[in-house]
Amino acid sequence: MNGERVPTPGRHYINIAYGVKSWLLTTDHKRIALLYLATVTLFFFLGGAFAVLIRLELITPPGDMVQSETYNKFFTMHGVIMVFFFLIPSIPAVLGNFLVPMMVGARDLAFPRLNLLSWYVFVIGGAFTLTAVVSGGVDTGWTFYTPYSSTYSNTHVIATALGVFITGFSSILTGLNFIVTIHKMRAPGLTWFRLPLFIWSLYATSLIIILGTPVVAITILLVGAERLFHIGIFDPRLGGDPLLFQHLFWFYSHPAVYIMILPGMGVVSELISCFSRKRVFGYRFVAFSSVAIAALGFLVWGHHMFVSGQSVYAGMIFSLLSFLVAIPSAIKVFNWTATLYRGSIHYDTPMLYAFGFIGLFTIGGLTGLFLATLAVDVHVHDTYFIVAHFHYIMVGGMVMAYMGGLHFWWPKMTGCTYPEGWAKLSALIIFVGFNLTFFPQFILGYLGMPRRYHAYPEEFQVLNVMSSAGASILGVGYLIPMVYFLWSLKYGKAAAANPWGATGLEWQTPSPPPQENFEETPVVVSEAYNYSSPALSGPART
Amino acid sequence: MFGDLPLFPEQASTMAGRVDALYFYLLAVTGFFTLLIFTLLIVFAVRYRHRPEDPRTPALYANYTLEIVWSVIPLVIAMSMFVWGAKVYFDNVVAPPGATEIFVVGRQWMWKFQHLDGRREINELHVPVGRPVKLTMASEDVIHSLYVPAFRVKMDVLPGRYSTLWFEPTRPGSYHLFCAEYCGTKHAAMGGWVHVMEPVRYEQWLGGEAPGESLAATGRRVFERMGCVTCHSGTSGARGPDLKGLYGTQVILRTGEAATADDTYLRESILNPQARVVRGYEPLMPTYRGQINEEGLMQILAYIRSIGPGQDGEQSAAPAPPAP
Repeated sequence: MNGERVPTPGRHYINIAYGVKSWLLTTDHKRIALLYLATVTLFFFLGGAFAVLIRLELITPPGDMVQSETYNKFFTMHGVIMVFFFLIPSIPAVLGNFLVPMMVGARDLAFPRLNLLSWYVFVIGGAFTLTAVVSGGVDTGWTFYTPYSSTYSNTHVIATALGVFITGFSSILTGLNFIVTIHKMRAPGLTWFRLPLFIWSLYATSLIIILGTPVVAITILLVGAERLFHIGIFDPRLGGDPLLFQHLFWFYSHPAVYIMILPGMGVVSELISCFSRKRVFGYRFVAFSSVAIAALGFLVWGHHMFVSGQSVYAGMIFSLLSFLVAIPSAIKVFNWTATLYRGSIHYDTPMLYAFGFIGLFTIGGLTGLFLATLAVDVHVHDTYFIVAHFHYIMVGGMVMAYMGGLHFWWPKMTGCTYPEGWAKLSALIIFVGFNLTFFPQFILGYLGMPRRYHAYPEEFQVLNVMSSAGASILGVGYLIPMVYFLWSLKYGKAAAANPWGATGLEWQTPSPPPQENFEETPVVVSEAYNYSSPALSGPART
Repeated sequence: MFGDLPLFPEQASTMAGRVDALYFYLLAVTGFFTLLIFTLLIVFAVRYRHRPEDPRTPALYANYTLEIVWSVIPLVIAMSMFVWGAKVYFDNVVAPPGATEIFVVGRQWMWKFQHLDGRREINELHVPVGRPVKLTMASEDVIHSLYVPAFRVKMDVLPGRYSTLWFEPTRPGSYHLFCAEYCGTKHAAMGGWVHVMEPVRYEQWLGGEAPGESLAATGRRVFERMGCVTCHSGTSGARGPDLKGLYGTQVILRTGEAATADDTYLRESILNPQARVVRGYEPLMPTYRGQINEEGLMQILAYIRSIGPGQDGEQSAAPAPPAP
């Protein structure tokens, strides 16, 4: 620490200062992570509440619970909140904020004040969107397709879009901070190929955020310009081109899918490795596959537009590229599975989530092949097949990983231990509830039930009832962790510095960490996940 | 209750069987890989579960051969999916010659169909079995998407341009017609039925109502009413090009470029006449934007098609050609 103050034992980042001001003006990445945690959790349950309303309406075929306009607002708000205010920020802004400096052995991110600013920007963006919800909602779908959004919708498009626009800057600031930190602030000896794979995945994610988010920001501004000033950009009546919007939107929003899932893949690499007590198989392949996904992810946006009227030849190229982007994901799944081989597998809660992730992501990824296949996509595009597919990736993949990561690092972040029995039970409930909710939707989709339907023909009812029943189980599964996490803050046992026997720099400092993260700047002498060398594997754990 | 559990949609077009065959191939391949991954996960999870007396097993961290194998095999399989999928998709882009032509207008929140014989329908479409049907579609407002699950076909219907879709029904019956692209408040209600009929019943249906005038004849009346005929008179020295024998041919523009006088070009030339003016003519034509709706445009198109090359005047329309 080069002569800097040595932290007092028992002092850590949470109890070093008290009061609202100490939180709202903090530049400590760990505190900002907790601020984000509180905020995204709020958005998650708000978005979830809209999902509950959607599933309630869809129990019966006629639209008998709410008006169609209200229903349209429900699925729009569900999508907008979950995508922009939960899925995109959750792992990077909560786990990433907390862990990036710790994993690279730094005291903080490169720009601590920018980091705080990013949270405020996020909150302001969220406030705009929440204002839109409270004052009547928006009904364009989270995709804001023109000319419906720019000319025809009578709802609060501008406020919502502005919220998304502003929030984008928070992502950009976070991504920028991560890239600089990973480049410039790694501890001595921590070479690129010694970095945990979580860092690799966040690095790839940050690249996508920085390159992609400005495009959606511009697109939103253009929609606003057309809506407010009738400048013809997307509406053909004003001389615009409605497909232009789709190209611009998906140029960001397809890579955004990888913004959501890549961090989850990073978390799962950490979990699989720790709970198999083994280095991740094919480390370099897993690391580079993240970068490959980030690069190829920018070249596949047209697969959202196979029936949109884009050129047939463009459709074929986008189909081909979409198959290519499947390969790095497949490589990851095979390597995770191979990591288990001859490991020493522990079934702690985070590992249950990791297993859940691999299973559900496999199904989500493989059903993506159906959508990349042109002739099949023509049939299932804009049906529940798509809905099921991306929920398998987003909820089955990303949320499972996020939950696994929260359970893994909760003792580190809070210094508290949650009840393992309840945690395992809720992981199981989530897995069962998730599959019951979304598997029937694949069948519904192939049968031809379009998405965003307020009412539907009677023959689809049984599958919809199954889905709604599953959703209620899933809801319970998410509420239980909420309860025991809060409970653990007051009643949970104090956590050890390294409760899982994990490698990684973040485990070599007390739980919760001191404000400076490390008493002395760590020096890294080995590769990540060095579980085979007993001297470096932390306290033995049976 | 589970007696009503449907698992697979009806097949009612030539496309349906081809898409389903591909679908089953995908199901088989992805089913195999899902099973493989799940089996490995379970076997490894049980076999290598942690035991306190475990000696540390010699670890295996990477194997380049293995990495190549499990990259290349999925790649090859993925390419087979790509090729097959693209083939079926590509085969279905262009309608076979001689397909029954139907014009479709989508608007919030209904489908309007115009048959060439002048018959009009809303949210219901009657077609004969065993004959290809081609839809030429446009939207009056936002983007819609015409979707018939039993036919496995879907195509977005856009404002400001034409899109086309074709199918050949193979089984008589009534099938759902949906709007698949979210289009506003009553999106879920923007649907109806496609009635596929045996040829005999279809003829009965055709003869059932007073047929009225053909679409081309209506188009000719619109053509005259709008005053198009004053310049497009077909006489020498006319201010606009002769439209007889024009449809589908190449025209040379003032810029020297060539354009095909297809639906899209003709539509543009009515709404935005200055965009692509034919060589030898002055850009004098005013825009008809706002004066004619999508249905009217389609009627004029039907008329121009009916006097196209190889068409001797209007089919089933009044015999008289437009007054010179």
